[in-house]
Amino acid sequence: MKANQINIANFRQTPVIDQVGVNERVARLNSRSIKKTSKMAALKLALSMIDLTTLEGMDTPGKVQQLCIKAKHLNHGISDLPHVAAVCVYPSLVKIAKKELNGTSINVASVVTGFPSGQTNFKTRLEEVRYAICEGADEVDMVISRGKFLSGDFQLVFDEIAQTKEECEDIHLKVILETSELSTLDNIRRASEIAMKAGADFIKTSTGKTKCGATQPISLVMLEAIKDFYQKTNKKIGMKPAGGISDSKTAIRYLVMVKEILGNEWLTPTLFRFGASSLANDLLMQITKQQSGAYQSADYFSKD
Amino acid sequence: MNSRIDIQKTYKLYINGKFSRTESGRYFPLKDSRGKATVNLCQASRKDFREAVKFARKAVGGWSSRTAYNRGQILYRIAETLEGRKKQFIQELNHFGITKNNATQEVEITIDRLVYYAGWADKYQALFSSVNPVSSAHYNFSVPEYQGVIAIISPNDNPLLGLASLIAPAFVGGNTIVCLASEKNPLTAITFAEVLHASDIPNGAVNILTGFSSELAEHFSSHKDVNGIVYCGENLELNKSIQENASENVKRIHYYDKINWLINKGQSPYFIMDHSEIKTTWHPIGS
Repeated sequence: MKANQINIANFRQTPVIDQVGVNERVARLNSRSIKKTSKMAALKLALSMIDLTTLEGMDTPGKVQQLCIKAKHLNHGISDLPHVAAVCVYPSLVKIAKKELNGTSINVASVVTGFPSGQTNFKTRLEEVRYAICEGADEVDMVISRGKFLSGDFQLVFDEIAQTKEECEDIHLKVILETSELSTLDNIRRASEIAMKAGADFIKTSTGKTKCGATQPISLVMLEAIKDFYQKTNKKIGMKPAGGISDSKTAIRYLVMVKEILGNEWLTPTLFRFGASSLANDLLMQITKQQSGAYQSADYFSKD
Repeated sequence: MNSRIDIQKTYKLYINGKFSRTESGRYFPLKDSRGKATVNLCQASRKDFREAVKFARKAVGGWSSRTAYNRGQILYRIAETLEGRKKQFIQELNHFGITKNNATQEVEITIDRLVYYAGWADKYQALFSSVNPVSSAHYNFSVPEYQGVIAIISPNDNPLLGLASLIAPAFVGGNTIVCLASEKNPLTAITFAEVLHASDIPNGAVNILTGFSSELAEHFSSHKDVNGIVYCGENLELNKSIQENASENVKRIHYYDKINWLINKGQSPYFIMDHSEIKTTWHPIGS
């Protein structure tokens, strides 16, 4: 636990974020116009970055199977279509997803550590991580203890993430900050740094279970944190905005942000993901629109 | 001396219950009967149309599940509100070359037409439904139901009456509307939108655009989220392309050729049926 001791002071000295500046930068980036071939490339890239997600209490094996079939066969009418990056489910459904996706390169991600609130004891949370990995998860999405973070117990948050990472070994660990509960951009920056230092492979904005999901200013702050971390340590951390990104236009705006802040190297599913369920259909509709010229209708695309 | 300068209204589009400018920033001048340009109107783009369809689609569920009686009430309300603003409509029609007598007649018939369809709201389904004899243990019945989003390209003759005569039957049947106003005289259409807006119609249930059919007809007819299209133009080339595009996803096409909206033939419950689907239900009965 040596590393922890070195880091204690740093967590209280993370950079202060200028909110007005962040909003202005987002607005400026949003004014970029992406058309024609670059739009098509962006749409397909976004599609390849999707973690197709279903995280409902009412999820059944059938629903998960259906989602996996969708992940494998996005649309036969369109040529050169990439497949989505992963399917994201609850731990108890990992096995079914794994079986369904056998033979493809689509990963199975599982949410763990008492998702979405994380309010169970730590031992149980670690147990859940082990269970998900045992069931065959290729990636796990953990939540941090927001209550502990907000009461200033950064060290504990760090330790929990670090121990979860130990449990994961080489399994990809995404750390959900649940930014909507962290109140300020300063907190989001600090939580990002804690997560990255503790060994996260990805930092993720939200669970999608609160009122507010991913927003662009929040994501911009997290991307800046990733950039600074990379410059200091030479380690590339991935980013996953999740919750509320349901249309192609917004997705492309995220890609523009990633390119402008982190560069082309991050424009790959190994370093950038969208946590979404309805985004895939909108991307497919936009791709079809680009090819056929006619605006599309949800009536002609599979329902999730 | 009265030095007051009149406040001129900016005519905008009507999308999702809001009067918004075109996203394209394009405008076209409208000339009055003496050839003087008096107003600038929004030249709606395909993106304005796309937005309108998006909101019309969202409004389908809410509007179609209103009771037939309530839909009738709202149509009647539109008529009432229009009656109160009769003078303004007559003046606007007159300003653009329609004689005062004709304008008055047109506005009055429009009001009566709205009341006519308000009356049909809770009757046409009873009239066009049927209980069908089948040779099995089923109770089998057919009922007309709404189609969804209807795109309308308004006629140029009788700009107000034509518009209302096309919107009312489709709307009363539970459909939501995206309508392109008469190209030659679109002014009253936007003023009519104000009347709609004051009559408790749900946001997005009727959307009115101004612009050119030569530019927009292609998108009206090819948009896959539009269920039916109505047009009245005389441009054969354009009509052909509308039909071809609409056939892509089997939209219901209605071409109203030279219908005189001023007479009684311009109104009929069959216009409501043009925008209805017949749904047949088989209900098992025990023996």
